Parts: sequence; C-alpha cells; structure tokens
Amino acid sequence: MNKTDPQEIYEKIKEEARSWVDARQEKPLVMVGTATCGLAAGALQVKEDFLKEIENKGLDAEVIEVGCIGHCYAEPLAIIAKPGFPPVCYGHLDDGLVHRLVEDFLAGDDPSYEYAMAALERNDEFPTFEDFPRGVYEEKLILEHCGFTDFSKIESYVARDGYSALAKALSGDPGLVLEEVKEANLRGRGGAGFPAGKKWEACLNNGEDEKYIICNGDEGDPGAFMDRSVLESDPHLVLEGMILCAYAVGAKQGYLYIRAEYPRAVEHTRKAIEQAREKGFLGSSILGTDFSFDLEVFQGSGAFICGEATALVNSMEGRTGMPESRPPRLVQQGFRGKPTVLNNVKTFAYVPLIIGRGAEWFKGIGNPESPGTAVFSLVGKINNTGLVEVPMGTTLRQLIEEVGDGLPEGSAFKAVQIGGPSGGCLPESSLDVPIDFDSLHEAGAIMGSGGLVVMDQEDCMVSVARFFLEFTQHESCGKCTFCRLGTKHMLDILTDITRGEGDLQTLQFLKELSEDVRDGSLCNLGRTAPNPVLTTLRYFYDEYRAHVEEGRCPALVCRDLILYYIKPSKCSKLCNVCVGSCPTEAIYTRDDGLKAIDQEKCVKCDNCRKACPTEYDAVLRLSPPVLPDEKERKAK
Amino acid sequence: MSEHIAITIDDQKIKTRRGEKLLWVALDNDIYIPHLCAIKGEKRPNASCRLCFVEIEGHNQPVTACTREVEEGMVVATRSPRVDRLVKTGFELLLSDHNLKCRECPANKNCSLQVIARKRGLKLKRDRFKPLEREFELDDSPAEFAFDRSRCVLCGQCIWADRVEAGVGAIGFTNRGIDRVVTTFNDLPLADSICTECKLCVDVCPVGALYYKKDQKA
Repeated sequence: MNKTDPQEIYEKIKEEARSWVDARQEKPLVMVGTATCGLAAGALQVKEDFLKEIENKGLDAEVIEVGCIGHCYAEPLAIIAKPGFPPVCYGHLDDGLVHRLVEDFLAGDDPSYEYAMAALERNDEFPTFEDFPRGVYEEKLILEHCGFTDFSKIESYVARDGYSALAKALSGDPGLVLEEVKEANLRGRGGAGFPAGKKWEACLNNGEDEKYIICNGDEGDPGAFMDRSVLESDPHLVLEGMILCAYAVGAKQGYLYIRAEYPRAVEHTRKAIEQAREKGFLGSSILGTDFSFDLEVFQGSGAFICGEATALVNSMEGRTGMPESRPPRLVQQGFRGKPTVLNNVKTFAYVPLIIGRGAEWFKGIGNPESPGTAVFSLVGKINNTGLVEVPMGTTLRQLIEEVGDGLPEGSAFKAVQIGGPSGGCLPESSLDVPIDFDSLHEAGAIMGSGGLVVMDQEDCMVSVARFFLEFTQHESCGKCTFCRLGTKHMLDILTDITRGEGDLQTLQFLKELSEDVRDGSLCNLGRTAPNPVLTTLRYFYDEYRAHVEEGRCPALVCRDLILYYIKPSKCSKLCNVCVGSCPTEAIYTRDDGLKAIDQEKCVKCDNCRKACPTEYDAVLRLSPPVLPDEKERKAK
Repeated sequence: MSEHIAITIDDQKIKTRRGEKLLWVALDNDIYIPHLCAIKGEKRPNASCRLCFVEIEGHNQPVTACTREVEEGMVVATRSPRVDRLVKTGFELLLSDHNLKCRECPANKNCSLQVIARKRGLKLKRDRFKPLEREFELDDSPAEFAFDRSRCVLCGQCIWADRVEAGVGAIGFTNRGIDRVVTTFNDLPLADSICTECKLCVDVCPVGALYYKKDQKA
C-alpha cells in the first residue's frame, strides 16, 4: 500500500504558498486595516485614496485589505511594506496623508517617519510596536498576525507555517492532540474557563460514532469585539484549531456559529473554509489521510442568549434560542442529541499554537492555573482603546496604565468593568489583582469574554449597574422565573434609586434579590446578570447611599438628581454661546445681561455646559437639585 | 442487574429506580416539594418555575429536584434556610406578576399557588415586590372555557397537554423576557385558531388562567 505522508503533502503546499508570498513582496504593498472597526472609521475611503494616488502616479504597487491591527484609537490604519524598508504602520489616515505617503514613500524613498506609528520589524531607523510600553506588556499569540496578514489568501497563512500543526498532528495518533491540549491546561476563553482538554476527552469517551464540533462566535457583550476581530483577520487559525479538535475527538462535521451582525466575519470565514477545502485541509481525506472533516458557517440571528451553549444548540436545530437545564451537558448530548464540543473562537485559535509549539511552551506564558494570554477589548476612559493581548497574571493596573496608556488628562480612575454585562465593576483597590480566571472570580468579576471598560469620576456606578442590567433584562429569554421577573424587579429598583427613591432597606433588598437571581436562575445569563449590581453595591456602596439618603448623584449623572445652573459670578455679558445651544429655549438673558436657566423648560441635555467657553465655565450641575438662595442667584 | 436503588429524603429511606427524577420520587412517597412546571413524562424538564429546590448532600448549592436523577445513596433535604429563601423569592416573584384577586378566581381553593403558600407558610400577598400590574385581554372565545393571561404563571402544562397529549399544537410560548406569553399562532383568539377545544389544557392548568366558564365567579 502506498501510504502518503501528510507532512510531505503539506510541505509541497507550503512551498507553493511561500513562492506566492515572496513574489508578492517584490513590489510595494499597502495593507489597509478593514476590519469592522476600520470600516467604521473610513478605511474603504482610505483604500480608494491609495488606489487613486497610485494610479495617478503610475506606480506599480498593490493595495490589499487586512484585518484588525488592534490600535482602534488611531483608525484608519495602514501598513506600507516596500522592499528595502521595514514595513511601517501609519494611523489617523486621511486623503491628505495618503497623498503624501504615496508621493514621498512609494514614489520617493522617504518613509515619512513623522507620520508613522511604528515599524513592524526591528531596524536602525524607527521604533517598533514592541518598543512602546504597550509592546513591553503585550504578548501576542492569537492576535500575532491579526491585521498583518492577508485574510483573503490562504497562502498568507500557510506561508507562515499555518496548518503545519495539523500536518504534524495527522502524522501521529489523535490521542496525542488531546494529551497536548490537556497538558497545556488550555481553559475555555468563552469566559467560564473550563479546561478544553477535559471537555474534549468527555466527548471522545462518549462512545457515540457521530460527534460535532461547534465554534461559538456569538459574541454579544456590549463593547466586546475580540472574536469578531480574530474571525475577520485570521480565520484560518480558528479553522485549524477546529480541525485539530475534530481529529482529537473523532468528529466529522463542525459548525461555526457566528452572529449575523458580523457580516465580515461570516464572509471571511466562509471564504477561508472554501480555500481550506481546495488545499485539502478540509473535506474528505485531509492531507491524504483517512481523516475527513468539514465545516459550515451557521449564522445566528441576534439574540444574546444564543451565546449560551444549550440555547445555541436549540437555535441551530431550528427551535427558539432558549436554554435548557444541564446536565446533560453538550459533550453527553449536544447538537442533534450527539456528543458535541462547543468552544469559543479564541479557545480554538490557541490550539494550532499549542500543537505546533508544545504544551510546555504554552505553560511558560501566564500563570500555572491560567496559562496563556488574555485578549481584551479595551474601551472607555482610556487613551489607547483597542484590542490587546497580555499574558495571564498581568495586573489590571498594568493593563490600564501601561498597555492602555492610562486615562485621558483630567480623568481620575474610578472603576473598571470587566467581563461585560455578566462581569463586575472593580475599584482602585482591586487594580493589583492579576488577570486570571480565578483571581477575577474572587474579586467578584469574571473574565467573561473579555470586554474591559474603564470608568472615571464622571461615571455614576448606579447608572452603570443599571445600564448593564437593562441590557441583560432586555436579553432575558423569559423562560425561568428568576431571570424573567427577578431582573425586571432589579431594574425597576435601580431605576428608582437613580431617581433618589428608596432607603437603606431598598439597597438591602436589592442585594438579597440579586443574590437570589444569581442562585436561582436556570442558565448563566440569569446567574451572572446580578454581577454588576452586586459588585457596585460591594465596592461603591457610599454612592448608592448618596442617591437614596441625600438625593444626590456624586458623579452628577442621574438626571433626576441634578439641575443645571449658571453661576452669575462666572457668566459673562459678552457671551451668548449657551443660548443657541439650548434645544428648548430654556436659557434667557437677565436684565443685567447675564444668562440664567428656566428650570421648567430645561431638559438637562448638557449642551449649554459643553458650549460654555472654558474661560467662563459658568454652567454648573448641582446635586441634590437645589438652587442656591436668591441672593446668590441674583448676584452680579 | 439491579435497577433498584435506595435514597434518603428528609431522613426517610426510600427505594426507587435508577433514572427516576428526584421530584417524582419524593411526590410519589408523599414528600411535598413545590412545583409548577414539572411534567412527569417529559424527558428534558423545563426547569423554568424554579420552585422545586432541594439540598443534596455533596452539592454546595440548592438544586432543582425536577432535573436531578436519583443516585444510589443520595441524601436529600427538602428544606433548609437557603432552599426556603429561594422558594420564597421565586414564589413572590410569580405573585408579583399574578392577578391576586383570589376570590374572583375560578381556581380559588384549587390552585397550586395556594397549595405552595399553605405548605410552605408563605403569604399570598406582595410584601417585598411591587405588582407589575400588566393588562391582558381575556380570551373567552371558546364555547366552554376561557383564558385569562393575568393569572398565567407560564408553567407550560397547557402547551404539553395541547401538543403531546392532544396532538394539536394550537398554543405555544411566544415573545421574550418579561413579554413571554402563552398564545396561539398569530395571536388569534383560541376559537379562530386550530384549537379543537378538547379542554385537556384546561384540566392541567395549575392556576385559574385556563378555566371552565361554568366555574366562573360572578
């Protein structure tokens, strides 16, 4: 019998890919970051501008789209790779800058470093991303190539050893893949941190012939976009991880459940699946072996609850996306009643790296109980918003101050919301908590899927808790008593508190109800929904007290507890700016020429305060909403 | 092959069969556990009413008895401070969304909520929760019975009777979250739907949501 060696077949494919990539690198290449975040910032226009300028100059250069480069604050972004120069990344691009870069760099030989953010390779002329504080703390494993690779060409992935882990695994026993993943102690990145190896093993040992692999790409937390970016920017990494998993557990069919609101992720993944099939990494007899496995994309349709494993399966089977009680767990009885492995996008993305580089390498990163890295979408009151990847064990302080470059000037740190609507708000005193599954859980937050929102003194913690609860209450499927009615009552109580209604007993009741919803709900949506409330009550109790006892919102956010007031001693007769900014004509000119607000008409939109020139700063928010005495009000 | 196993519920030794669900084993042995949504023949319990909490030795949290299969040597307590607290909150949550005019209700004195209140010493009043006071249109289109959603606890018994026992499929759950209701396709009145008016659903309603018109109080 003529037994084919998967490694040999793979090497041939890689060689072809390498020569394709080498040929492409012979001329200048402009890579525009067109992940969803880039598109929103105008990346397609930037791409058009590059194409137009290059054509005008009659240059021989290629313009391609790449995924998320990770520096959201500087979108739109592009990388220019010109032979003879290190590849350089430019941010805040517009038509003027594009014109200049084409003229000076592509037509001339001046990389215009004054506009560059960083180089991508070490060189003698310009620093790289690794030289910045962020680069010192960041360690990119699954994001390493996001934004730097052509997601639309499988060759880009294969040329950098993509699918080599698969070729390696296929040359050996499937048991070795499982052993390696177990040994690496890879914990599920969907948020709960369940060991992936254990899950796979349970599925493998189930005995049934028919098994399924599902990738959970139903990322739905407000402010989280890690899974989207990985699927958009480096889809083959996830596919390879899934194929390896299928080989380990003996599955023949897998699905990527991607939410329909991620059209680019769906498109890129579908294309990647097609290409992988063409090259023989998917389909029947993968790389000449007798292992067959195929993948399909399943589009979710917008219910947050469908990220919950049993609800996801229900929705795939054509039923309403609602959770079921567990056990049976999915590995026992999952999709179509068959043993099913369901893992998050990021969990699968680590697998090729673990198989390729070994469990020991993986365990060398992060900390023993939570090896590897954590991926966060850093948002809120922070200078460098974006997608970051740091080793587990990095502290929140390092993440916020070094990686995110701290808060904008004038902002003082108050809290960090971690783990999305199921997570918690941690105060300054928790900033030295290392980021890992167990430490965060102890502090009252969860790793969740990785949303991280930084908040400052202008954020009211009661409003923040209310905001997240409003989200979960809205997304509750309504199946079980505690989540359907409990979150509704919690939301009503929180709304009352933001109006200054209630007393200390209300707060105590809110806490008890939150605990009961946490303990009594059917699925993890209800079980984790109280987290933002419980952590804010725990860490910011004084702020709750100020609302109910004094009718005061310390952060001056809750509209019912503030009023707008123009301080006569600060206001100027020479200025009229606030008048025009008011949508309800609540601002009038007094007899002495100063401005004042008719409280009856004021809708507290904040326009006048924003409009008032900084040299006056005359518009104040007062809480509790009580006007100063008449003498001061009438003063000149 | 011995399928028989022994478990203990509230210090009472009970012989039962492997694979049985704890809730039914307890109820069959005259040990009361509150419940609304549990259906004996259903393979995968709804587990949605969240009232049948019990303590099982070795579990660090109360668990629902309807979902738990009995195991050899299992030691169960139907009451504990934690269980009572969850049942009380769950029960009061349901009351907060339930028409509490019991005297006008055809199910008065024949209502599962009243049974739970009596057995567990709970009040049929809203002490802690504000009433949600939602308005629903009465569906009295069928000849002999009517459907008053203001009393519905969303247990799903009627849907089971309609789909599995009667094999009709006229009603189901619709909408999400707080808006979840039992209704017909396209929200048609029952008489205009495919409902055959077999009334099996009326017989299983644990409260007075589906009731016979002859039992209606004036």
